[in-house]
Amino acid sequence: MSEPSSAFRAIHTGEDCPQSEAGAPSRPVAVSAFERANPLAKLVALLPVTAVLVATMDWVSSGIVLAAALALLPASGIRVGEFLRRAWVLVAAALVSAWGTALVGEDSGAVLLAAGPVTLSEGSVLAGMATGLRILAVALPGVMVFITTDPTDLADALSQKMRLPARFVLGSLAAFRLLGVLTEEWRTLGQARRARGVGAGGNPFRRLGSWLGQVFGLMVQAIRRATKLAVTMEARGFGAGERTWARESTFTRIDVRVMLGGFALAALAVGLSVASGAFNLVWA
Amino acid sequence: MPGALLEAEGWGWRHAGRPAAAVAGLDLTVPAGQKVLLAGPSGAGKSTLLYALAGVLDPADESEETGRLLVDGAPAGQLRGHAGLVQQDPETQVILSRVGDDAAFGAENLQVPREQIWDRVRDALEAVGLGEAQGIALSRDTSKLSGGQKQRLALAGILAMRPPLILLDEPTANLDPAGVLEVRDAVLAVVRRTGATLVVVEHRLAVWAEHVDRLLVLEPGGGISHDGTPGRLLSPGPGSVRQELAAAGLWVPGHVPVPAPTPHNWRSNPAQSEAVSAADRAASDLQLQDGRGQEGTTAAGPDPLPARLLLRAGGLSVSREPVKPGWRRRFGAAPEPAQRDLDLTLEAGEAVVVTGANGSGKSTLLLTLAGLIPAHAGTLTAGPALKGEQGTRLPEDPYRWKAADLVSRIGTVFQEPEHQFVATTVRDELLFGPRHARDPGTGRRLFSDEEAAGRAEALLVALRLTELAEVNPFTLSGGEKRRLSVATVLAAGPEVVFLDEPTFGQDATTWAVLVGLLRGIVAEGRSVVAVTHDADFAAALQARTLTLEAAA
Repeated sequence: MSEPSSAFRAIHTGEDCPQSEAGAPSRPVAVSAFERANPLAKLVALLPVTAVLVATMDWVSSGIVLAAALALLPASGIRVGEFLRRAWVLVAAALVSAWGTALVGEDSGAVLLAAGPVTLSEGSVLAGMATGLRILAVALPGVMVFITTDPTDLADALSQKMRLPARFVLGSLAAFRLLGVLTEEWRTLGQARRARGVGAGGNPFRRLGSWLGQVFGLMVQAIRRATKLAVTMEARGFGAGERTWARESTFTRIDVRVMLGGFALAALAVGLSVASGAFNLVWA
Repeated sequence: MPGALLEAEGWGWRHAGRPAAAVAGLDLTVPAGQKVLLAGPSGAGKSTLLYALAGVLDPADESEETGRLLVDGAPAGQLRGHAGLVQQDPETQVILSRVGDDAAFGAENLQVPREQIWDRVRDALEAVGLGEAQGIALSRDTSKLSGGQKQRLALAGILAMRPPLILLDEPTANLDPAGVLEVRDAVLAVVRRTGATLVVVEHRLAVWAEHVDRLLVLEPGGGISHDGTPGRLLSPGPGSVRQELAAAGLWVPGHVPVPAPTPHNWRSNPAQSEAVSAADRAASDLQLQDGRGQEGTTAAGPDPLPARLLLRAGGLSVSREPVKPGWRRRFGAAPEPAQRDLDLTLEAGEAVVVTGANGSGKSTLLLTLAGLIPAHAGTLTAGPALKGEQGTRLPEDPYRWKAADLVSRIGTVFQEPEHQFVATTVRDELLFGPRHARDPGTGRRLFSDEEAAGRAEALLVALRLTELAEVNPFTLSGGEKRRLSVATVLAAGPEVVFLDEPTFGQDATTWAVLVGLLRGIVAEGRSVVAVTHDADFAAALQARTLTLEAAA
């Protein structure tokens, strides 16, 4: 079995990356192979890795996946700043869970700290670290796939490769774009309501009332916008029957390698975990 | 490709839930390739006819169609991709997030083979000035386009479908003057090239009048009241209907509506009113005669906070993105302010219009001055004339005031009236401000229930909304919503009113009411600050102009 990250590195050299621009001239020129890969391939690669991490609760498999993800980060074309901005919540969540597990986990081994009812033992600290690692190992590869995947390309793949109905996929894609518009609208609504004298202060009930009012305002705007957008789409012939696709969603050798890489990483994680005796099936 | 032939034979449409028909007994023939400007008073069914031609009118359970409406001999809407439609709100004309993909969307739906789509898309984008040669890549993010560019992109999407009929529903109502011209010229270029039949709904007739073959005026609830060339109908002389169209609220070329005078004083601080009018009315009148356009009249005296001072900005930078505190700043890129180092002074009794190109931060500046978003950098100071006698202890920066203290001092009218509706009837909407206004010193209500009711009643009359007092604000027409949104802000009697593009998309009647109202406020010694490109508006208010340059 090859070491999985070397497979990814081979991809990144780009020696055999066909230019997909002919099939989709509107697609931005991708910097890294990971960005150029088909979104479906990335999701397929994610599947076995996540399955392993869900199945076993040990720090060896989590550690290997996490190490592989971090090793791939420079090759994925993701800027460190952007990665941190999206991932810091998850890191914080992992730390909190690790801390919590260490505190309340089953004690075993040497006691490291005892303060009243709270005891930290070797066993509970290891369990806490395993929990934290596992959360990071599940989440960070997902974040990487998310950052490097363009929603439009995902929609193309879902409808052309998985044959999901275009009506549903493109409708969702347009709605997704509208979500960004609505985020801006939420802010404007808050300002517009303050200008009318709707305060942010007051007792919790009043706050809740004013928040609900703003939610209602946003819903009205969302429905108006969605209705008009639906008319726009219908007026451009959308919704009835077959259509062609301006952008071709293709599987290339990159995608084969990405998927193989995912399976290889999963196999490596299980293999080393079993070999080291840390393997620990959740339901066993 | 030749244009489409349009025929209506006794056609009518009643919307679900409405007792009266929007259009009835319409008889009309539009020959292939004709360019038609469709006009009429508010509620005459212009949009209904347009949407029916586009085939997107929803045949819901309760709606009712009479007669026949044919496009190239087939019932409208049956021929797929036969008509292209551009609506008013640019935000809802964009479907996908990349320019090329959005332009290709319609062609894909018409099953144009992939090999042909990109040629069509490049060609269409070029025709509307968004081509790669013009510096717009196919992969450009559509959310980064200006309003005018979004409308032109919609046009390109239609052009790539090669339809014989192009339908436009006030495509330029939300655009600044430069945007209006760029969209209109793109439309004309496209029509000239394709020979498509064009029907455009618009109440600013001057934009299209010289460029269309025919002006059709619809009558509310009925058929056609006037039909002829724009030249014959609009130029003074025999056969002209200028007066009639102007009276119906249409913008006739070369005619500026007369602002409607308003009699009332809704100021929250009567003491202020007397002080200012006694001491400064003479000076104010003098300024009016001089023409207030000159900058010199507003130079502040040596006194650090003159009694007439409303707001002073020192080294002010403004940005939509709030400055994040402390450690969170490191993760995101620091937001670039839209404007920096502005020094501004606003005094009582001033009218100011703020203009400038797209993205120059006009609205952001307005919201910052109005105390709705925090200053990015620099200081904003409220003067004695704004704080009033009861508010001497308020913080300097209006952003730190409570909403209840803000409403009786600063009123802000947003571009979209619906954003500011908070009640379920028009009357409650007007009562809301006065009921919530507080005396910052004592925390007591500024107006009793009777006073609030009186203010609401007077505003209903002045803005011609009395008959609609018990109606839900969301069901009003565009002009009624705009009038109500201004009235709700005036109800609490602010010393200064900020408005963001108040006249966008408004008919001449609403314009005249609005301008009359704002003139009355300035005459009382209060101030009006508006972001607008409307030169007639600025002239009618004799406003001084503040032009913002786009930030480098």
